[in-house]
Amino acid sequence: MSFRLAYRDDPGNPWFSWQYVRDNSDTIVAALREHATLTVQAVLIATLLAVPLAVLAYWFRPLTGPILALSGVLYTIPSLGLFAFIAPYLGLGTTTVLVGLVLYALLLIIRNVLVGLDQVPAEVHDAAAGMGYGRWGRLLRIELPLALPGIVTGLRLATVSTVALVTVGVLVGHGGLGQLIIGGFRNNTYKAEIVTGAVLTVVLALLLDLVLAAAGRLLTPWHRRGASR
Amino acid sequence: MNPVEQAVVWLNDPLNWTNPGGVLDRLGEHLFISAVAVALGCLVAWPVGLYLGHTGRGGAAVVLISNVTLAIPTIALLTILPLTFLGFGQRPVIIALAVFAVPPLLANAYTGLREVHPEVRDAARGMGLSGPQLLRRVELPLAVPYLAAGFRTAAVQVVATAALASFVNGGGLGQIISAGFGLGIATGGGQILAGGLLVALLALAVEGVLALLERLVTPRPLRRTGGRARRRAAAAGQA
Repeated sequence: MSFRLAYRDDPGNPWFSWQYVRDNSDTIVAALREHATLTVQAVLIATLLAVPLAVLAYWFRPLTGPILALSGVLYTIPSLGLFAFIAPYLGLGTTTVLVGLVLYALLLIIRNVLVGLDQVPAEVHDAAAGMGYGRWGRLLRIELPLALPGIVTGLRLATVSTVALVTVGVLVGHGGLGQLIIGGFRNNTYKAEIVTGAVLTVVLALLLDLVLAAAGRLLTPWHRRGASR
Repeated sequence: MNPVEQAVVWLNDPLNWTNPGGVLDRLGEHLFISAVAVALGCLVAWPVGLYLGHTGRGGAAVVLISNVTLAIPTIALLTILPLTFLGFGQRPVIIALAVFAVPPLLANAYTGLREVHPEVRDAARGMGLSGPQLLRRVELPLAVPYLAAGFRTAAVQVVATAALASFVNGGGLGQIISAGFGLGIATGGGQILAGGLLVALLALAVEGVLALLERLVTPRPLRRTGGRARRRAAAAGQA
């Protein structure tokens, strides 16, 4: 049997192969799981950091410039460079990838939350103050809910770009589906592996985007148009 | 020795700069790849964006293109393009980067022309300007700040992502980082950090220079209100 296999003419290098997917389903599912986990963790942590920062910038206007500038500088630094800064300290693990992803997602979320908060009409503001809401009450019960469309937009942008960015984690050996893409390239440019990784990455991004869009729609029944952006 | 000291030592070794494949070589490659990619992106995106903005059609398509390219990982294009008829080497890298330069250029060109006041357009029409004249003499000059903003965003993004070309041996400064990882963190830590520093500094320098350029080509009356509002428009276009 092996004799015949060895002499079969050109095994070919197809763009896609079910055979490959079936034979390597374990690897693919593991990569997909790592990819999804990293993305969700990064966006969650980034949100927990970004929303307070955006509120801070909203309350204390002079802080807006520095906060946006700092996150802008972080955003300008190339992903590869950022991972290179972190790796010597945190080693070759998922932590390195996670920290990099969080720093990137930060700017997108802060900026959109801030835009959302800025769009709260002044009359609403005044009305809330007139009804006796304090700073915190107004923030939690009026301003943040009204800013939800902006927040959801930020989360969607951050999620989609984070999914694409996880692949750069290949550099430290934890790139999720990027592992398949680069693995296939190094494995004598095995096209089926590369394409499987790439397609799954895009599908994951679109799926998460859809989930967030639906969540935003459910959370803001009074603001259908804004949420559908 | 901690990584920072290692990085300082690495950066202070002149051979690391002048050797074949040293910093200067890689910097040259990086800048060349980026410049060609941005030029290519402009060549494709600006005419299309200006045309769509002039006719006022295809806004949905512009947003769609931005969204879809955001979801495609750079690494995927970088690895897939060499397998097509393009072959290995710098050519597929340049084209992959150009693809990612298109959305900001396109979106800003489109927005820039759409932001021209309808009254201005009406006045120009009333003065007897034809379609192409309107575009060349009225809309284009008014859209220059937007075009410059798009150029800056695209160029910075291309310079940043060009570092990833090292994954497919495409050259550029990223190669220094990859080589460092090849040595392992213990011995290559300094080189990794030094490479990261170089890549980051280059991106920030390009950002700074182009910000200055953007300011220079923006007419004085448009400057004060310009920057932030425009960037917000671009971000909204991306969303």
